[in-house]
Amino acid sequence: METEGVGRMEAEGNGRGYLAERGWRSWAFTLDHKRIGAMYLWTTTVFFLIGGVFALLLRLELLSPQAHYFSNHTYNIFFTLHGSMMIFLFIIPAIPSGLGNFFIPLHLGARDVAFPRLNLASYWVFAAGFLVIIGSLVAPMDTGWTFYTPYSAKTGAAVTTLSLGVFLIGMSSILTGLNFIVTIHKMRAPGMTWHRMPLFLWAMYATSIIQVIATPVVGVTFLLLAAERVLGVGFFDPAKGGDPVLFQHFFWFYSHPVVYVMILPAMGIVSEVIPVFSRKPIFGYKAIAYSSLAIAFMGFLVWGHHMFTSGMSPLANAIFSFLTFFVAVPTAVKVFNWIATLYRGSITFESPMLYALTFIFLFIVGGLTGPFLGAMATNVQLHDTYFVVAHFHYTMMGGTVMGFFAGLHYWFPKMTGKMLNEKVARIAWALVFVGFNVTFFTMFIAGTRGMPRRYAEYLPKFHTENVISTIGSAVLALGILVMCWNFLQGLRKGAPAPSDPWRALTLEWRTASPPDVENFHEIPRVADWPYGYGTPKA
Amino acid sequence: MSDPSAEHHDPAVAFESAKLGVWTFLATEVLLFGALFTAYTVFRMKYPELFRAEHAKLDRVLGAANTVVLITSSFTVVLGVDAIRRGKARRLEAYFGATILLAGVFLCVKYVEYAAKFHHGLYPGTNLFFSLYFMMTGLHGIHVLAGMALLSYVVVLSRRGRFSASYHTPVEMSGLYWHFVDLVWIYLFPLLYLIG
Amino acid sequence: MSHGSTGSRRTYFAVFAALLLLTVVTVLVSYVDLGLLNVVVALLIASVKASLVALFFMHLKGENRLVWGFALVPIFFLALILLGTLTDTMLR
Repeated sequence: METEGVGRMEAEGNGRGYLAERGWRSWAFTLDHKRIGAMYLWTTTVFFLIGGVFALLLRLELLSPQAHYFSNHTYNIFFTLHGSMMIFLFIIPAIPSGLGNFFIPLHLGARDVAFPRLNLASYWVFAAGFLVIIGSLVAPMDTGWTFYTPYSAKTGAAVTTLSLGVFLIGMSSILTGLNFIVTIHKMRAPGMTWHRMPLFLWAMYATSIIQVIATPVVGVTFLLLAAERVLGVGFFDPAKGGDPVLFQHFFWFYSHPVVYVMILPAMGIVSEVIPVFSRKPIFGYKAIAYSSLAIAFMGFLVWGHHMFTSGMSPLANAIFSFLTFFVAVPTAVKVFNWIATLYRGSITFESPMLYALTFIFLFIVGGLTGPFLGAMATNVQLHDTYFVVAHFHYTMMGGTVMGFFAGLHYWFPKMTGKMLNEKVARIAWALVFVGFNVTFFTMFIAGTRGMPRRYAEYLPKFHTENVISTIGSAVLALGILVMCWNFLQGLRKGAPAPSDPWRALTLEWRTASPPDVENFHEIPRVADWPYGYGTPKA
Repeated sequence: MSDPSAEHHDPAVAFESAKLGVWTFLATEVLLFGALFTAYTVFRMKYPELFRAEHAKLDRVLGAANTVVLITSSFTVVLGVDAIRRGKARRLEAYFGATILLAGVFLCVKYVEYAAKFHHGLYPGTNLFFSLYFMMTGLHGIHVLAGMALLSYVVVLSRRGRFSASYHTPVEMSGLYWHFVDLVWIYLFPLLYLIG
Repeated sequence: MSHGSTGSRRTYFAVFAALLLLTVVTVLVSYVDLGLLNVVVALLIASVKASLVALFFMHLKGENRLVWGFALVPIFFLALILLGTLTDTMLR
């Protein structure tokens, strides 16, 4: 029923595996996908925490209806930094480049990605990108993370520098995606057919396609924005016959598909975690696998739904609104299959499972509030209100970040060779869960009552919601701090991890914890899919 | 550190991987230029008269000459690839050397054209047509420069005796890239010089 | 090692000649005012030239379906961004 021969036994021996070598050179010049993945994880986590601090400052300001602690301008800078750091420096690279780098070759039964040098290069391009972005802080951005023209073409902030930074980040993202696509095509272990691949790989494959196709468009858009400022080319300037809405088309041609770059890998993680902790084979393997590709494809057809109020043509509005509803289909396919997997499973609630279930719950809320925004009539009412803020935090934080946390807890033993303190992990989870919902559910209410986003001040009638939301954000922050502390404690003095603490069947669990440099001493031969749980051997 | 992916590095798989990688990269390039082509189409349809009037200011003959130069450079690349497939490294170097030279000619002609435009007070920002002209040919020019660097590197490697009939992956890959640079120009030339 | 070998030097030379010929044709046609047809002809000739380069110089002709897929997919998305944007800008 499961993989045979050499494989199952592997593991053993441990001089701390890939972590054995020491010194900064062993990291900076490493070609090992695991180390590169780890570097991404550390970097993106730091930006997650910094972005989080900005979020807390925003919440602090919103405690009172008047601008109290910061000026309006400072507030604008804070939400811009919060948004662009979270999007470009955390949520886009964290799961694909971090966990993806680490686990794609392990899942495939390969020793590394197809182009290890390119992989290292893409990390350093990423590093160059974030250094440039940090450099742009001399004149911090106040445009929001979407950089809409005409304001972004005129503001005194360092838009040109920041554009260059985002361009570099995009380039890194393209190189990583390219590497993964070729790796998944060409580096599969013998017997690892497409339909025996873990679902995380399907998700990562779909993600990589989006990265490769969509990112160059935003790259050139930022070049044009820079050219607009430096040379005055006028593409987005109505005074010169240009069209500011064209910027939005280009921006959203990338930025809508890219929300699936954010969410698909998280869905991949959930598809791995759910069957392991239900001790049941995944339900509807092919449906989940192909829905990843369908989501990636559909994601390209709906960018216009961000632009209903931008003066787009009525026909375009109608088409984009109509198509938007179809995105819900492959997403719902996944949710139903996860729930069917849970049905009558022997469910246990270890921390990865808690986060995975949280993902499903919050993502359903986030997903179901999507159609209100996708339908034109309600969109006009809700556009640029806190309803939108709540919606995308439910999908992006409630979805992606919870998936990311699930992955971190699930793979922590494999990556570090240490076990986490499960009790502390559950306390952190409870704080995060409660804090998150208190923070963001109130935003749905404030939004439907008409509170606009991106202002430091608001009408007194929204005061209660904002106070509740700020309290929630403090609880959420506390939960994340406890989680981080737990990770650090685990790293320092966690109990040694066995090779397969969760009794999971995907190939990474056959390697030692942490895996050796070459991953597998002998390339495994694969004879079955990795979801044969609940059968006698598993 | 020994090559961690040694297991999979049977040369045929490595070659196929490199080829897929290059085609994937070219896909991103299509979309990179694609945004500019979209901007071109949008403005071309919005302001047909402007484009008709302004494109006449470009030198059709120089543009055509450059097209011939670039097509020839693509031809020499394919001959170079053909040579190394037969194991003839010296010939490869000669053909690729010719390509680099032709690329240099292309850029010189481009320089003359740019200088003439500046001389007549036509800059990026003068109007939408010339903004597009400079952005599109500029981005293409950067690709030509990158191609020259890439091909030169391949020539250097070849001089060190790296390539043979059985192994010459970088030659084929740099060739694919150069043909793509040619391909973009094949569209830029009529769009900018002929139909404006 | 497989190269998807297509083409001999003779083919390359024929393709090269065709490319030069088409360049001359497209330039000559541009001097004749055909109205909108000028655009159609120019783009048609460009596409034929591009196909020749892709098929023979880039050896797409002898490639497997996977490489073909990788070559065609971006063209689909290029059409998508063009059409999607035009449904707005042409009808506003």
